[in-house]
Amino acid sequence: MQLDYLLELPNDLKAIERSVDYLVDRAREAGFEDDRLRLNFRVGLTEALANAMLYGNCHDPRKRVRIEASLSRDELAVQVTDEGCGFNPASILDPTLPANRQLPCGRGLFLIRNLMDRVEFNERGNSIRMVLLRQPAVPGERASGP
Amino acid sequence: MSFEMKQLGDVTVIDVEGQLIVGNRQELKQRVLAELDAGRRKFLIDFSSTGYIDSSGLGVLVSLSKKIRELGGELRLANLNEDLRTLFELTKLDTLFHIAGHRDEALASF
Repeated sequence: MQLDYLLELPNDLKAIERSVDYLVDRAREAGFEDDRLRLNFRVGLTEALANAMLYGNCHDPRKRVRIEASLSRDELAVQVTDEGCGFNPASILDPTLPANRQLPCGRGLFLIRNLMDRVEFNERGNSIRMVLLRQPAVPGERASGP
Repeated sequence: MSFEMKQLGDVTVIDVEGQLIVGNRQELKQRVLAELDAGRRKFLIDFSSTGYIDSSGLGVLVSLSKKIRELGGELRLANLNEDLRTLFELTKLDTLFHIAGHRDEALASF
């Protein structure tokens, strides 16, 4: 079983909540754990969309953000792509280091990396792919579906 | 989403209803800065009606905490739900803020 979804959003922060709710509802219907959807997936996708609109598309209302999501037996994968020129994810500081903890920004990508099970970027750096496994990954073991 | 602000003695209590996110963080910031300008120095932000704080919301709390401390004031946070506590712990912001379980506990700590 695989269900695919494609959403194209205007570059408007107000569009985030509705699209996240839509995908959370689809994943809930497919039997994903509510706790992981409410925290891990919601935060991960919301942060990725905000980053795409604010930093990728630089607030430009003429640009759009594309969400491609696929739901399978084992995982929920979602790719967020903006129309910007990309960035180097390695350039983002670790906000948990004592020296960076008082900085007002830089926590979005950190949260994504810590709440989703897999995170990848395309070479250009304008597209992020995030995967949430149906069963939380256990270190040293391969996650499997029910 | 909205912010309700009231005075309890010399403490300014702010209730965050709904979400503290990129779309409304500036409103919270401006309202707290206005209270600072008016001479208020003790602040309690109560999250009992808050479903979600995004990274921008966390960032504005960091900025306000710094500003309040620079002016000799104090900031307390209270009533974070389990998800919000997880976000503070993941980002290690639980080490930066005084977080109380309940409003009364926060008020007593000033």
